[in-house]
Amino acid sequence: MAISFDNALGIHEQALYLRSRRAEVLANNLANADTPNFKARDVDFSSLLSQAGKALQQGNAASEPRRTNSRHLGLDAAGDGQLLYRVPNQPAVDGNTVEEHAEMARFAKNGQDFEASLYFLNSKFRGLQTAIRGEI
Amino acid sequence: MNSIFDIAGQGMTAQSVRLNTVASNLANAQSAASSVDQVYRARHPLFAAVQKDAMDAQAGWSDAPDAGEEGMGVQVLGVVESQAPLERRYEPGHPLADKDGYVLYPNVNVVEEMADMISASRSFQINVEMLQSAKTMAQRLLSLGQ
Repeated sequence: MAISFDNALGIHEQALYLRSRRAEVLANNLANADTPNFKARDVDFSSLLSQAGKALQQGNAASEPRRTNSRHLGLDAAGDGQLLYRVPNQPAVDGNTVEEHAEMARFAKNGQDFEASLYFLNSKFRGLQTAIRGEI
Repeated sequence: MNSIFDIAGQGMTAQSVRLNTVASNLANAQSAASSVDQVYRARHPLFAAVQKDAMDAQAGWSDAPDAGEEGMGVQVLGVVESQAPLERRYEPGHPLADKDGYVLYPNVNVVEEMADMISASRSFQINVEMLQSAKTMAQRLLSLGQ
């Protein structure tokens, strides 16, 4: 097939996936806002995205080690090792580092960025459709 | 992204358990008793983050890219009774008074409970808002390419 979705959609597919993963991490932080000793976590989005971009350029299959058994631990881009701990502005007495307002703001921002990625993907699809139809 | 719905659900469950204990504590704040065994003690839920076993997660969803996440959601480990000292009031006219005229009252701190109530309902609200955002995201995702 002449159309390769990987080439056509570019980085936005990866960005969308990373956004949805980050939403999960932030949701987990918010749900644990009252859990003693819970440490808020987040991902370094730009480094993950650049990693995904490099993987895209080199071809997906080559850069990511394949799992031959379902019980092998993954080394995927958004895996355990990439989750970082947040440094709180005001540490709480109970050892919890979730700052609800800040997390909520990040969650909202992440949602908007998700929308942006979706918008770009939609534009790509529209472009493809226009190309297929041959209309202007 | 589906796990956001689970996480928000667990968060709401945990907060409603907390609200429930607050309600119980406030309702029983003035429940007097004549002996130490019978008197009501303030109850508080114990929250903990749900830690997913990486191996189990991998086994369940063999090649799912998001398998094996570090933690997903919140759980209530149990409800514990407060060990704070009970309140002993001198009320000789009270029908439950002991031979010295003292009545035992629960160790419920009403001010603390009210603050806890506000905190719980705010946290519940945050979970609902989170759920709504996740729903919007999922709906927009479903309409991709249309």
